[in-house]
Amino acid sequence: MTEMDAPVSGADVVVIGAGATGLSTGWWLAQSGVNVVVIDSGLVGWGASGRNGGGCSHHFSPLFVEEQRLWPQMDELLGYPTEFCPKRVRLAFDERQLELYGAAVRNAAHQGFSSTLLDAKQAQELVPLAGDGVVGGYFYDFGGHANPHRTVQAYAWAMQDHGGRVLQETKVTGFRQQGGRIAAVITDHGAIDCDQVVLAAGPSTQRLAAMVGVSVPMVPARAEMLVTEPLPLMPIGGVDGNGLYGRQTLRGNLAYGGGPHEWLEDEAVSTTPSSTPLMSYMAGRLAQLFPRAAHARIIRSWAGVIENTPDGRPVIDRPAEPGNLTVATLSSIGFGLSPATGRAIAQIVTEGRCDFADLSSFSLARFADLEPDWAHIQGWREAAQA
Amino acid sequence: MSFRPDPKSIAGTNLPVAERAEVLVIGGGPAGMAAAMQAASEGRSVILVDENPIGLETMAENLPLHFGSGMTGAVRNRNAMLEAVAGAMPALEDCLAAGVDVRLGTACWGIYAPGPDIGWLAGPVAGLMDGARSWMIGAERIVVAAGQRDMGLAFPGWEKDGVMGILAAERLAVFYGALQPRRLVVLGTGTETLQSALALQAAGATILAVVEVGQAPLGAPAMLTALAAKGTRLISGHAPKQAEGGAAVEALVLRPVDDDGHGQGGADIRIACDGVLLGVGQVPVVELLDAAGCRMVFDPARGGIVPELDARQGTSKPGIYAAGNCAGIWPAKTLDTAIARGEGQRAASALPGAAGEHSPPDGQVGEDRLAWVRATVLDAGDSLHVCQCEEVTAREILELRPPRYLGVDQLADGLPQSNRRDLRSLLGDHPHPDQVKRLTRAGMGPCQGRRCREQVAALLALASDLPYGAIRPASHRAPVRPMPLRLAALTNVETDAMARHWDTWFGMPAQYVPFWSVPARYTAATRSGDTEGASE
Ligand SMILES: Cc1cc2nc3c(=O)[nH]c(=O)nc-3n(C[C@H](O)[C@H](O)[C@H](O)COP(=O)(O)OP(=O)(O)OC[C@H]3O[C@@H](n4cnc5c(N)ncnc54)[C@H](O)[C@@H]3O)c2cc1C
Repeated sequence: MTEMDAPVSGADVVVIGAGATGLSTGWWLAQSGVNVVVIDSGLVGWGASGRNGGGCSHHFSPLFVEEQRLWPQMDELLGYPTEFCPKRVRLAFDERQLELYGAAVRNAAHQGFSSTLLDAKQAQELVPLAGDGVVGGYFYDFGGHANPHRTVQAYAWAMQDHGGRVLQETKVTGFRQQGGRIAAVITDHGAIDCDQVVLAAGPSTQRLAAMVGVSVPMVPARAEMLVTEPLPLMPIGGVDGNGLYGRQTLRGNLAYGGGPHEWLEDEAVSTTPSSTPLMSYMAGRLAQLFPRAAHARIIRSWAGVIENTPDGRPVIDRPAEPGNLTVATLSSIGFGLSPATGRAIAQIVTEGRCDFADLSSFSLARFADLEPDWAHIQGWREAAQA
Repeated sequence: MSFRPDPKSIAGTNLPVAERAEVLVIGGGPAGMAAAMQAASEGRSVILVDENPIGLETMAENLPLHFGSGMTGAVRNRNAMLEAVAGAMPALEDCLAAGVDVRLGTACWGIYAPGPDIGWLAGPVAGLMDGARSWMIGAERIVVAAGQRDMGLAFPGWEKDGVMGILAAERLAVFYGALQPRRLVVLGTGTETLQSALALQAAGATILAVVEVGQAPLGAPAMLTALAAKGTRLISGHAPKQAEGGAAVEALVLRPVDDDGHGQGGADIRIACDGVLLGVGQVPVVELLDAAGCRMVFDPARGGIVPELDARQGTSKPGIYAAGNCAGIWPAKTLDTAIARGEGQRAASALPGAAGEHSPPDGQVGEDRLAWVRATVLDAGDSLHVCQCEEVTAREILELRPPRYLGVDQLADGLPQSNRRDLRSLLGDHPHPDQVKRLTRAGMGPCQGRRCREQVAALLALASDLPYGAIRPASHRAPVRPMPLRLAALTNVETDAMARHWDTWFGMPAQYVPFWSVPARYTAATRSGDTEGASE
């Protein structure tokens, strides 16, 4: 076991999973003086949280407003740089894309955020790497992107600055239950007594929750990205479109993903995922999105495994039993929301409820009528039983 | 109900391959040639690719070897280079005669094989490229015989023209007849290095000195004697202090190493030269294998990080095999190519009974690498870039400083205390090079860490008082050669079905319903169709 601090035998709150969700939760808890330890079988951000697109613009989520409020302050709140850059642009290459991308405008307006419709010329002016072929786009006066690597490490360090602890390379293997509660979290390096447990283990959340009798339906999937060598910085780095999402990093690299995913069997969750030849399809789309970058060379590609619930929406909920467990899966879109998610979960743990957002759409109760063979019906898994 | 796969997923898509072979061999050295010959003799179709001759632009970027601008203008002449390379491959004629389809100037940029995390591929495939095209090839068996490269070693001036890997120099001199520097100082005295030095000497270069950081040379005395016969000096107990000169190296200054292994003040030795050859360690080229997901181990007897192999040279990925130096480097193998050829034959053969056993001697590759880095990189101060692509210094690595483009030192009050953070804050006593890469960018540039990987591992080991082998391998990713977007885009063309269903993310409408409109209950049967709407 490798520890960042002293060995742990007990903690008020044990958080399982040192991804963006678990670490942000740990950081918010530690700030309010709670004795917290975050455990991960790998290293900080070794799952999807260290392999994603860094986008922070989730206008359909009940945590959107808080996401937007917090990101511009995160460097200061954490005390370490996240490379957050505000605003986003989305370019369309045909009228249908332009229409589809309008949903963001309506959702954001509903919550008091503005956007601007761009014609082809304005779009090209705003995005120097774009070329002909753009029919228009949107400038979103909200959202943005951050560097996932730096952000997850910032959470971990900031949490430690407030007395929280991280146990890396420590795998949770089970739970000791007593009187309808989890009394201890069992790891491959011993048991940790606890008052409260937060389960934020990404694609492993389903398996771990099942050990204490809680059903969290989900199926893991692989998604891939590529990154180019650095290019001159565009005024706005968060440029999506043409079926791709991504960002220009502050170093200048283009880091992009999009296109087909692959649903996986549960066994695949434990392996470090390999990328596949999907890279070349993404390269074609990216060269079209940024014709002036078509010469830029790809220097890496990678894959991440993420979980999706049946409706693709997060679960943040406290099951009736065990009475001291909070379950959190962000269902494939949890990096950008993490500052807000962590705050919400920390409140749920310490006060029983979140006081700044309505999280009823994240409850497990919505799956009460879910078919046992839902994954088959949705075409995610051929086997009829999930 | 019949199963209808999620149309936005890759399920049901067949990866088109431009061509197929029963056996694909990557690399035209002794192991690769022997593999190709073996498969051909068993009546199977074989394609062998080798990226030589390498184009000037690629060489100028120190890919795939650390060429250090040591090539003459002759490499511009593609046809002459093709001829030179073909002439330098002794087994080429036999291979062609046996019916092997040999492609020179063709690089493999990625290997992919099905596994628990990849279901949509039917079998092993590889991505190939030449100057103008990129395409996929399918094969039942892929034999990787990608050879070896030099370990980098930073010291002031190591970015100057003429400071280069000794394998790069040997490649230029022997394969291309295009090595520019003529008066050379060699760092390192292992068997591999001395063998290269002798080859360079035979090709007409002057080896002024061979330098060993330890108190005694490592390789066979007979090899040193052979070098000395033509005037080569042996200098033990010294490490490079500085390469002097303008853009190009004009002299190498050495300083003595103290009992603790640090470079110290003392009487310097200055040698005028126009080339400094890094021979401090030879590294198996495992990038394709690692990126494909083959399990890796640190095996000092096989020269460092190498693929886990069975008795038939099979990796942990079915269908992918490794042979020759990329499967392990040790002195007997370096001195006698029969061992590499045997590996190639075993790796390619489908016949029963081809399994073989070899026992590489104990090696101490870790200690040797630590010794060089301790004596040069550790004490070299602040201005020295260990990672040349991203310009990261040893101190920045050890202190986990955020990259300079963040301008952290100039940030407003209260911002980052990052310098309070060092390696220990990252992972206690067990730092991982991938974490260090994520935070400092060391190894994140276009050369993909070829020149800094082993140095970063050694720095982490020294800083955390661990043996070299305890530092876990940094990952490799495809494409293992930098590849222009427009070239990569030629590999595969979107089918109509793919274009129709292409979506930014998973394409599940329910995921993006604004929260104020979400129904209280969700069922799969009543979900809205998955054909309309775009992911946000
Ligand atoms: C390619 C890609 C692009 C993406 N792009 C974006 C984007 O642009 N914007 C966005 O917001 N989101 C994006 N996402 C999604 C986002 O990355 C994830 O939703 C988010 O990181 C989830 O964070 P998490 O902490 O909930 O889970 P994870 O990051 O998966 O963390 C879970 C952790 O739990 C640990 N764990 C599992 N089992 C155990 C056990 N038994 N014991 C101990 N520890 C365990 C794992 O090691 C892991 O570190 C993307 C994802 C991918 C893969």
